[in-house]
Amino acid sequence: MNFVNTVLVAFKALRRNPTRALLTTLGIVIGIAAVIAMMEIGNGSAEAIRKNIERMGANSIVVMGGARRVAGISMGTSSWISLIPSDAEAIRKECPSVQYVSALVGASNIQLIYGNNNWVPANITGVDPDYFIIRNWEVEEGRLFTQRELDTNARVCLVGQTVLRELFSGKSPIDAELRIGNSTFRVIGVMKAKGASMWGGDDDDIILAPWTTVRMRITGRSNGSATNTSRTASSTPGAIYSGSGIALYPAQDSSRAGDYLWTPKFVRLSQILVAATSTDKVQDAVREISLLLRERHHLSDEIDDDFRIHNNADFLNMMNGTSELMTNLLLIVAMISLLVGGVGIMNIMLVSVTERTREIGLRMAVGARSRDILKQFLIESIVLCMLGGIIGIIVGHGTALLVESQLNWPIAASPSAVVASFVVSAAVGILFGFYPAWKASKLDPIEALHYE
Amino acid sequence: MLIELKNIEKTYFLGEIDVPVLKGVSLSIDRGEYVALMGASGSGKSTLMNILGCLDRPTGGDYLFEGEEVGRVSGDRRAILRNRKIGFVFQSFNLLPRTSALENVIMPLSYTAGKMSQQERRERGIAALREVGLAERMGHYPSQLSGGQQQRVAIARALINHPPVVLADEPTGNLDSKTSVEVMQMFEKLHEAGITVILVTHSDEIANCARRQIRMVDGNIVSERSGK
Repeated sequence: MNFVNTVLVAFKALRRNPTRALLTTLGIVIGIAAVIAMMEIGNGSAEAIRKNIERMGANSIVVMGGARRVAGISMGTSSWISLIPSDAEAIRKECPSVQYVSALVGASNIQLIYGNNNWVPANITGVDPDYFIIRNWEVEEGRLFTQRELDTNARVCLVGQTVLRELFSGKSPIDAELRIGNSTFRVIGVMKAKGASMWGGDDDDIILAPWTTVRMRITGRSNGSATNTSRTASSTPGAIYSGSGIALYPAQDSSRAGDYLWTPKFVRLSQILVAATSTDKVQDAVREISLLLRERHHLSDEIDDDFRIHNNADFLNMMNGTSELMTNLLLIVAMISLLVGGVGIMNIMLVSVTERTREIGLRMAVGARSRDILKQFLIESIVLCMLGGIIGIIVGHGTALLVESQLNWPIAASPSAVVASFVVSAAVGILFGFYPAWKASKLDPIEALHYE
Repeated sequence: MLIELKNIEKTYFLGEIDVPVLKGVSLSIDRGEYVALMGASGSGKSTLMNILGCLDRPTGGDYLFEGEEVGRVSGDRRAILRNRKIGFVFQSFNLLPRTSALENVIMPLSYTAGKMSQQERRERGIAALREVGLAERMGHYPSQLSGGQQQRVAIARALINHPPVVLADEPTGNLDSKTSVEVMQMFEKLHEAGITVILVTHSDEIANCARRQIRMVDGNIVSERSGK
């Protein structure tokens, strides 16, 4: 008996009792539908979570100044002033895995004054326009600052929700003149609420401004030692004590000036924030940045990095681990439901073998061998299970689509789950159809023919 | 000689008691014979017929079919013999329900080795149905046919592989006298076509159609006579 013929015979046998066939496969249908729906919804959620985390900065990389060690005493991270704006520029231009770069200049403990209100925000941060893309942060009101405003040290700033609440008591702050430290800034926008950061701080307690302006107007005054060490002629003793002609400090000669690479235009960047082109490229980006900065900082092989690079790889790994665990759990649940469905198949196949004892006897009498009977019932059980599988795939996909349209949950089609469902339902058919088929094949033709 | 039975014994072992059903039956049937096997129930005629039809194995003696010892061959070999050499007609027709007459007729072909296209099978099936005069009913289900017609479909199924022997077990047992005549005419036709026909029956009237009658009592052949 050839294969196609056997399958046709199986279909005919099932068609003789369509209601029962349908009810029998219900276990398989539900099992497979559950797998498909869960996989699609699960994949959709995982994808959505991954995107969210990417948005939260999973593909972002933070470059910080290295630890400075003076006479064996470490001064802690960022104590060594090693990152300068041209580093940020170089990373932007020369690292292929890097998409966005923002220099960060931070200031803290600076008072804001507006009208009768004052407030000390957790962060006053000078940034690039790229910063808003990397952090996926948009304005709720007003606008972001432009590259031109960055280039011209414009005194504009954006305020976070906490600052808005504390200083402006809910009124629109757009175009308000806000005093930050000793300078006046014009508020051009309000950032959307970000909530607590991944590390527990309040991300909304912030003032954002072009880093050039922050460097000149804010950190430049409050923290002179870290900014312009060599000021203009006005700060030399000669200008203050006119006519004294006495130099309080010896003039800097060119060789000593060379010790400080960027003495005249010294600018310290607290951090450089970088976004890799994708989450997968984070490690590549880290390597490229590291090589580039070592070269730019003239570090020979035996000297340690004078900067540190942090990324969220651990966080990503944890997330992947979590979704893997979820998928495995779902698969176990699905396997159990398929097992239950398989028992149902076996039950009905046994009933079917008993019912069709005379047919089996007849087939044997006209020349069917044991293995023909075995094959016939096995294929019938496989066909039954695969039909259940196909219906299950359709029902499962339909359920996922329904969930997507009604609950607005994200879903993602899972071709591998469809293939696996096919294979598993066929396997269930073989596994649970074998015993009834074997029993049928072992019937005695004489007894089977006279079975009532 | 088509069929030769030599001292065939069949004993059922039911626990500790042995039940001998055939006690050394010897019988020869030639090609083209028309034989009736008669006897009361329990006489062993059904067991003998099962052995003749290669459905059962004798526990002793030799069974030669076309010169081949078939009493002790494997189940698969006997399945092939049943498929190619023996046509079965049963008392209760044994047609597959909700399956058309034509498909019932060609069903044995699916167990026949060798390639045969679906088209060839259908043609052979239609030819067999035409022989029993039911070609125009090939699409009907058994439930749509009368008893006599059903039995004729079963005869067509028995003939599909052109076997040398047709074994009929009480072929008219479920039929009224009128349709019985129809069916018996069919066997007469087969006999005229040169096919060996073996009827198992307890009815003298039916047995009288056969050319040779064999009567069994208690597992032995007690008398043989030629009719007509």
